[in-house]
Amino acid sequence: MKARSLPIRSSVLRCRVPVRICAEYLFQLPRWESLSSDILPSVPTPQAAPPPLTPLRSRRRVASLLSTISLPRKFALGHGHGIAVVFGVHIDGHLVVEGLLIVVIVFQLSRKSYKPPKKPLSEKEIDELCDEWEPEPLCPPIKEGARINTPMLESAAGPHTTIGGKEVVNFASANYLGLIGNEKIIDSCVGSLEKYGVGSCGPRGFYGTIDVHLDCEAKIAKFLGTPDSILYSYGISTIFSVIPAFCKKGDIIVADEGVHWAVQNGLHLSRSTVVYFKHNDMASLAHTLEKLTRGNKRAEKIRRYIVVESIYQNSGQIAPLDEIVRLKEKYRFRVILEESHSFGVLGRSGRGLAEHYGVPIDKIDIITAGMGNALATDGGFCTGSVRVVDHQRLSSSGYVFSASLPPYLATAAVSAVNYLEENPSVLANLRSNIALLHKELSDTPGLEISSHVLSPIIFLKLKKSTASTNTDLDLLETIAERILKEDSVFIVASKRSTLDKCKLPVGIRLFVSAGHTESDISKVSSSLKRVSASVLSDYI
Amino acid sequence: MVRLPYTTALTTLFSYGLLFAFGQLRDFFRQLIDWFKANDVKGYAPICLGLEDFYVRRLYMRIQDCFGRPIASAPDSWFDVVERYSNGSDKTLKLTSNTSRCLNLGSYNYLGFAAADEYCTPLVIESLKKYSSSTCSVRVDGGTTKLHTELEELVARFVGKPSSIIFGMGYATNSTIIPCLVGRGGLIISDSLNHNSIVNGARGSGATIRVFQHNSPAHLEEVLREQIAGGQPRTHRPWKKIVVIVEGIYSMEGELCKLPEIIAVCKKYKAYTYLDEAHSIGAVGQSGRGVCELLGVDPADVDIMMGTFTKSFGSCGGYIAASKEIIQHLKLSCPAHLYATSMSPPAVQQVISAIKVILGEDGSNRGAQKLVRIRENSNFFRSELTKMGFEVLGDNDSPIMPIMLYNPAKIPAFSRECLRQKVAIVTVAFPATPLLLARVRICISASHTREDLINALDVSAFVLCRIFFYSHTRKGILILIVPIFVIIHSGYQQSW
Repeated sequence: MKARSLPIRSSVLRCRVPVRICAEYLFQLPRWESLSSDILPSVPTPQAAPPPLTPLRSRRRVASLLSTISLPRKFALGHGHGIAVVFGVHIDGHLVVEGLLIVVIVFQLSRKSYKPPKKPLSEKEIDELCDEWEPEPLCPPIKEGARINTPMLESAAGPHTTIGGKEVVNFASANYLGLIGNEKIIDSCVGSLEKYGVGSCGPRGFYGTIDVHLDCEAKIAKFLGTPDSILYSYGISTIFSVIPAFCKKGDIIVADEGVHWAVQNGLHLSRSTVVYFKHNDMASLAHTLEKLTRGNKRAEKIRRYIVVESIYQNSGQIAPLDEIVRLKEKYRFRVILEESHSFGVLGRSGRGLAEHYGVPIDKIDIITAGMGNALATDGGFCTGSVRVVDHQRLSSSGYVFSASLPPYLATAAVSAVNYLEENPSVLANLRSNIALLHKELSDTPGLEISSHVLSPIIFLKLKKSTASTNTDLDLLETIAERILKEDSVFIVASKRSTLDKCKLPVGIRLFVSAGHTESDISKVSSSLKRVSASVLSDYI
Repeated sequence: MVRLPYTTALTTLFSYGLLFAFGQLRDFFRQLIDWFKANDVKGYAPICLGLEDFYVRRLYMRIQDCFGRPIASAPDSWFDVVERYSNGSDKTLKLTSNTSRCLNLGSYNYLGFAAADEYCTPLVIESLKKYSSSTCSVRVDGGTTKLHTELEELVARFVGKPSSIIFGMGYATNSTIIPCLVGRGGLIISDSLNHNSIVNGARGSGATIRVFQHNSPAHLEEVLREQIAGGQPRTHRPWKKIVVIVEGIYSMEGELCKLPEIIAVCKKYKAYTYLDEAHSIGAVGQSGRGVCELLGVDPADVDIMMGTFTKSFGSCGGYIAASKEIIQHLKLSCPAHLYATSMSPPAVQQVISAIKVILGEDGSNRGAQKLVRIRENSNFFRSELTKMGFEVLGDNDSPIMPIMLYNPAKIPAFSRECLRQKVAIVTVAFPATPLLLARVRICISASHTREDLINALDVSAFVLCRIFFYSHTRKGILILIVPIFVIIHSGYQQSW
């Protein structure tokens, strides 16, 4: 308490001198001279100059003077000649008022501002708060009619599979090259399983690196013509580990608004400044890049990336890489390209989007892809310059902190790439299937194709949306369910997680495979036309 | 909990300081050389800014050969380590065709399912032939096979929860599930030593994250009281929900979670519990059901039970076991269920058969034997190491035993010396542990025989004599010599 009261007292003392001087000036005190010589030693009087005082001592002296002298003085002022003099000499009343005002102002200023005392909560209060607090349930209630149970496959997910004991035509697996069930690949996997077991039982850093992982990395790099590549143990974890490894707080990322969830998660985890451009709209991209870099000197010092998908999982569109590379070089951005659905599909020999557009692969700084589609295995890879790859080996969390890819899946990837190299005709099959299905589905009632003509994902969206994603999805899922039930053709609607921020319309996705026959394709298209005409009769 | 002795902290800091100084010196000369060379990429900020990759370039590269050693066989109790060499610079390591057969004290092969197994492998190959290696589809589309459903039922039964869901990767399980359970307005209270996947999942969720001291129920209670009383930052609204995330066995500490105490605290304050059993499921407990069984906690008291199949079951992937409603919610909203390729069918089969062996449903008692063996092996090895004077972390029954090294110079010394003696151990340094707390981590397996372990102890003693002698004499000069020796010995490295 002592410590707290001290500053108040000193402030009062400090104020008294000006108050007093002010009052004495106003009231023209007769003793002014003598008093001032006492309290203001710095004003020299001709008779006796007091010894020069240090500031500290002089202040102390003023204080002691005031405490002893000022009280009786005031008193004398009130009762003695003070008032008489004041009223005698014609002083205007307003001066008094002003003087008093100043006094009040100074007094108020000298006071400490009021703060309510801060009392921490007592233990009892905390106990009460803890008792009162009621958490929400861990998960929201499940809506009625939610489709939780999905079809269960009873055989391999090839072009034809078994669901519920019936053989169905499968358009739900991204088995683009038809490698599911390939004898050669299965044989190589069997050999790998017998030699290495199933799991690798460790992250890459700690004896989880098996020689087939290194072979697979070398094979992919050689196939794509890049200096090096790095394997991840899961498709979606690839991109959401790669982006945060290269983009940190303060960096700029320009991304397409239609990127799928794993990319969105990567962007979020990177904590960079993310700017979205309109889905697959190069004018919008150019505008965004221009806006970000024009007159911005600081932009040159920070890392800048463009993140795009080669074939958008959410729409089936293909990113115009030639234009992106031109813009990237103009504005000095780096490109991160997600090739999950185009690796092994696009390009003359299946080397992806760069080959498709005839862009040299080294123009693209970072390429990532999941291997769960065309290669019919699992895991993912990232490829680029040696620097890009080496940097990930210690800074990419999905690589460092996760067990490595099961060796048999790495073997499967190597065999799949070998197969693609040896049998380029499989791509011709795939392309003719895509073109055929595209043609057949072009006049589906109530649905329109929104995917690129070369995309192996044929994306059908509603011609007339109901303005609610959930209702749209419900309609589409009804179509898919009926087609499976009535015509034994397995197709799926693009479902969306509540965490997904993609705003693109939902649709029916058909994954075309090189293994599909013409009759499969005509079966799916006729069935789709029939069912959508009946389900969407109100929406055509 | 590790207590860093004062002198050790000082010498470790000194070593890192020295390495840092040398690195800076090299960077300085590098810059001088670069200055004279033409700059090839103008207008791009460097892909690694400033000191971002300093640690990798100047510290990690020196001892790169101690990490990521390739192997050429299954990660069983003995495996073939591929020899590597470098041409005067550790920056690039080249593989040779030579391998050396080493005792494996590094892999998470707790129950010995890593190698071909008489019961599992034929079934796995059969399912590979039937289902191929992938479904090329996500779980909600065409990625659910009969095997996936079977495993989900089996896991639920094994861990003692009503329902479960499986994913193709353990890391992705944590990092995609947490955002589905708690979001903005929620609070995640996480153990300070939780795995990176939990950290990333929590970050991705948008919830507020608070950390409590490692394995300290008292501090957890303190944090809970403070947070419930204070509410959300700025708005002071009450938290929507609070999720406490702990691990069963901490992978870098070997410690068991103080689960009963933590559950009691969480129950008292109505917080939900999320238990990551990546290292404990299958490895501890009378019948391999993890820390709940070992510490006598009813699985019903744990809201979310997560685990991986990578370790004890010798496969890949992860699971979440919880109430029916939560699993249904996850099936509708979890991105890894909706967008990720489903778990490879042969890997699913491996887990099914491994769990069946553990439960004795394969018609033999091999599972029970494995569980007895891992417990005996772990406890034997731990007690022997402690007797020898190593600073071993962790609790009894835990198959993970870290030995503290601290000094950066001891990392390569220990690792290389052990490898020379045909024992492959894992040395762990930054970023997997704090910078000053480098350690050796030993993982014991049920497939180790008593002779293997005695052999490993002999080697450790030998290496101890050769290396630890220097630091244990506590003569400053010798402590100085070790880092300098390593700096000189690691050879001149070409700068970037």
